[in-house]
Parts: sequence; C-alpha cells; structure tokens
Amino acid sequence: MQDTKTAIPLGAVPKPKPSGKGVWKRIVQNWELYIFIAPAFLYFLIFSYGPMYGIQIAFKNFIPTKGITGSPWVGFDHFTRFFHSYYFWDLLWNTLSISLYELAVGFPIPIILALAFNEVRNGFFKKLAQTVTYAPHFISVVVMAGMIISFLSPSTGIVVHLIEGLGLHAPDFLTDPRWFKTMYVLSGVWQSAGWGTIIYLAALSGVDPGLHEAAIIDGASRFQRIRHINIPTLVPTMTILLILNMGSLLGVGFEKILLLQNPLNMSSSDVISTFVYRSGLVDAQYSFSTAIGLFNSVINCVLLIVVNQIVRRTSENSLW
Amino acid sequence: MLSGVKETKRDKAFLVCNYIYVFLAFAIVFYPLVYMISASISDPKFVGSGEMWLWPKGITFEGYKRVFENSNIWNGYANTILYTVVGTAINLVVTLPAAYALSRRDFVGRNFFMGMFMVTMFFGGGLVPTYLLVKQLGMINTMWAIVIPSAASIWNIIVSRTFFQSSIPKELQEAAQIDGCTNMRLFVKIILPLSMPIIAVMALFYGVGNWNSYFSALIYLNDSAKYPLQLVLRQILVLQEMAAQGGGAIDASTAAAMNSKAEIAALVKYAVIIVATVPVIVIYPFLQRYFVQGVMIGSVKG
Repeated sequence: MQDTKTAIPLGAVPKPKPSGKGVWKRIVQNWELYIFIAPAFLYFLIFSYGPMYGIQIAFKNFIPTKGITGSPWVGFDHFTRFFHSYYFWDLLWNTLSISLYELAVGFPIPIILALAFNEVRNGFFKKLAQTVTYAPHFISVVVMAGMIISFLSPSTGIVVHLIEGLGLHAPDFLTDPRWFKTMYVLSGVWQSAGWGTIIYLAALSGVDPGLHEAAIIDGASRFQRIRHINIPTLVPTMTILLILNMGSLLGVGFEKILLLQNPLNMSSSDVISTFVYRSGLVDAQYSFSTAIGLFNSVINCVLLIVVNQIVRRTSENSLW
Repeated sequence: MLSGVKETKRDKAFLVCNYIYVFLAFAIVFYPLVYMISASISDPKFVGSGEMWLWPKGITFEGYKRVFENSNIWNGYANTILYTVVGTAINLVVTLPAAYALSRRDFVGRNFFMGMFMVTMFFGGGLVPTYLLVKQLGMINTMWAIVIPSAASIWNIIVSRTFFQSSIPKELQEAAQIDGCTNMRLFVKIILPLSMPIIAVMALFYGVGNWNSYFSALIYLNDSAKYPLQLVLRQILVLQEMAAQGGGAIDASTAAAMNSKAEIAALVKYAVIIVATVPVIVIYPFLQRYFVQGVMIGSVKG
C-alpha cells in the first residue's frame, strides 16, 4: 500500500513491526480486544464467508434435500447455459449501459456542484442550498420509486402536465423501454448529487488559502483559480471514487430497478442482478442463479483490479 | 480571502452565473419535495389535472385520515420501529468495539482482521447462497432475518476506526493501562464517553439504513403481519400503480372517467409518502452536522 494523500480510507495502515518475543505478552495483555472484535469476526465469517462456501452450488445441481455438499457436480453447465441463452447479451448490455450512463451523468455533477457551492459567499443561502440538496439522500428507495411513478404517470403526473404545458407531447416514461434508463439515471442524480458533494467539499476545505491569495495577486480570475487550484485538489478524490465506481459497473443498484420494472419496459430494464433475483428466488433455480451471480462478482472484481492497475501506472492515486 | 482586491467584471459575471447555477440545483431538488407536501393536502381533482402545481389547492386532509385509518400502515410502522431499534442496537454493538480494537496499534492481528473484513467489500457469496444460509439458520420469516444478516458494514467500521485513531489521544490509553485499568473498563468508562460524535453518526447512518430498507424484508418475510413500513409502501405505491399500467396503456378519456376511488388512491399515495418520510426528514436538519461529519471522517485516510 502506497502512502498517498487519497481521500478514501483503506484498511492497511503502516504499523509497528511486532518484535518476536513481545507478541505473546501483548496478546495476553490485550485479550479483551479479541472479545471486542469477536462479534464482527463471527458476523463476517458466517454472513460473508459462509455464502462464499455456498458458491460451489454454481458448479452443482443443487437439490435442497441433499444439501450443498450432497448435490451432484455438473461443472460449468450453468455458465454455458447462461452464455448461450438468448437473453445473455441483452442483460449484459442493459447492465453495462445503465452503469456507464449513470457514471457519465452522475459522476461529474457532484463535482461541479461542490465547486459551485464552494464559491457561494452568502452563508445563509449556501447552508439552505446544501441542506435541501442533501435531503433526498434520506428518502427510501421505495418512496423514490413511488414518487417517480406518481410524477410520471401518463394521466395525472406533474412532469407530464409540465411537458404538455410547454406544448410538447410527453412520452409514456414508465412503460416506454427507451425512457427507462434516462428515468433511472436522472432520478438517481436528483437523489444523490447533493450528498455526493460532501466528500468533495471536504477536500476543498483543505485548500491552502495562501494559494488563492497568491493567485489573486498574480491577477488570476475566479474561473482560473477554480481551474488551476480547486480542480487539481479534487483529482485524488475523483480518481478513487472513479476506481470504486468501475468496480461496480456490473453491480447497478437493483433495488430501485426492481421497483420500476414492469412487463412493458423489461427489454431495457432487466439487468443481471434483477435476473439473478428472479431466477433464483422467484423461480427457485438456485444453482443457475448462483452461477450468474458468481459471473457478475468475478467481472466486478477483475474490473476493479484492472482499473486500479491502470491508474497506478499513470498516477499515484490508486486504491492499493 | 483578500477583501481589499477589487473583483473584476469577469469575476462578477462568473459569480452571478454561479449563483444562478446553485439556485437552479436548489430549485430542482426543492420543487418535488414541496409538490409532494402540497399534493398530500390538496383536492385530488386539482392534483390529477395539473392545476395544483406548487401551492395546495382545495385543502383536504382526507389522505391523512385514510392513512391513519389503515391498520396495515400502523402495523408496518410498529414493525419498522422495532426492526430499526433492535437492528441499530446490534449494529452498534458489533461495530464500535470491533472498530476500537482495530484502532489499537498494539492489537496483534489487526491487519489480519482488517484484511478479512475488507475482502467482503470486493467479493461476496451473492444473493442465493446468502438466502440459503439464512434459510438454513432458521431465520426465515423472523425479525432476525432482517437484523442479523446486516449486522455490520465494513464501511462504517472503517469510519469508526478512523475516528478512534485520530480523536482519542494514545496517551490516555497508556496512562489508563499504567494505572492497571483493563481494556474493558477503558473502553466503557473512558473511550465511549469521549466518542459521542461517532456513536451519534453511526446510530444515524445505521438507523436511516434500517428504516429505509425493504429488500431483505421482501425476500425473507412471507407473513404480511411482519412487514416493515417499506414493504407496505411498496404495495401501496408501486404494485398498485404498476398493476394499472400493466393492463395496457390507458387513454385519456378512460382516465378521466375513472371515479373518485382512483383519486382517493392518488391522494393516499402522497400522504403515505409524507408520513413514511417525515421521521427521517424532520430529524435530519438538526442532525445534519453529524451526518456530514460522518462522511468527512470517512474521507480522511486513517
């Protein structure tokens, strides 16, 4: 782990090297710390590592009565079936396109907003704008879906009324597959852009005022100062968040998608994770669904490592 | 900032654009929030036709009356309070001691534990194996399926650990140990009372998460008497509406002919959104400082 000034914490920290003989003494002396960590240790062992053991059913035909170990092995059958199914490319495309769309729109907006907040000098207005834009973060995904459905309802929705008030024809947002991704992404921006500024504002608050003073004396305009002082300050934070985002390209938040899906928009709203839910828990195809889930996590993991490697070669802001 | 230096014209223009931009962002977020409150107390006729677009029109409290008469909503509310209180208590008991142990440099094995926890950030068993495990543990259709599988989040453990590392002076621990104070006493009597900010942040983060979650209830609970509020909301807000849509496109004339039953349903929707969101939204401005602090602590590398 490099010691960089990144904005996101990560596990390993430079630690003192235990010198052979003192170790036992310290373990005995601090025995209570092991009790402190025991609940978390057991929790992760059972509820994170336990399911990892269960992944083997992806390579088996899981029969509930025989249990995980008793079920017969089938190798990569479930994977082949999934890769050759007619919906494979659709699922992959929907998942990737929603993620990339979300990244393209949802990633820059909090940055711009944070830079803009940072320039507001009126304390009251700044606080008001921040308080209000943070608020949607606390709205539950179910309420969010309910709002979207009510606002976009073709007969009574306010958005539809507003569009028609402008003399335009409003599309049927909720059922038209062409609108699903936009609806998903923009509602996400509405909900989380404000909250997303906090981390950037934290970084901006660390800018040395001396830099700005020197720049003012040199005759730099406000815009130039943002461009050459504030934005470079945010680069490490941006890089880290970008890497983390890339690591979840195939992991779009399916809780909201699940709520907004309907038979009519399925052709653009069905993503890998909602498919896993449907085939696994609704249709009880345990092994098949586990295989797809495993495919998904492996791709995510690989993406994260690859992107991190690329960033590591080109800058010093990598995750590890 | 230097106040003596006069701003140039370009700077002023830029500043004006900036204010307009921030104001637009503010308005775009604020409008739907105001609209929902107005819609929940307006005559559904005006809401449906679009005549009510900002301030309440034809004020009625029928929506709230119906919500308060609905026993499913009350029951869901009670369940959610129970799950949130029990869940958050478990979250804190698992997170804080572990985070404290991990913050101690003299804790042998901290890198092993940290590494083991961090792996779960990047790789997991997935939906079905987790479901099968919870089922095997006999938790299906009990409160435990809601509160135990989400007992801790690695992110929150890291945030708390960072707090303990940066805000609790190491000398305190050393002095206490020289006086023969045990780790347990040290943690309960000295560390925790000094850590109120992080306890508040964690209780809020976990509490809001528990209050708003629906997915684990959806997959693990099948008895509707145990449904939390969010699942009841899903029935009212999502399923009902989607059922009407799924039947095919409704043209304007049919929609207009729909009787007041549909209007009441629409009114109830807005009222129920407000009722379900109020606890979180009302406490939020007062506790905003803590929420923001939580994110800030998380953003300082430990």
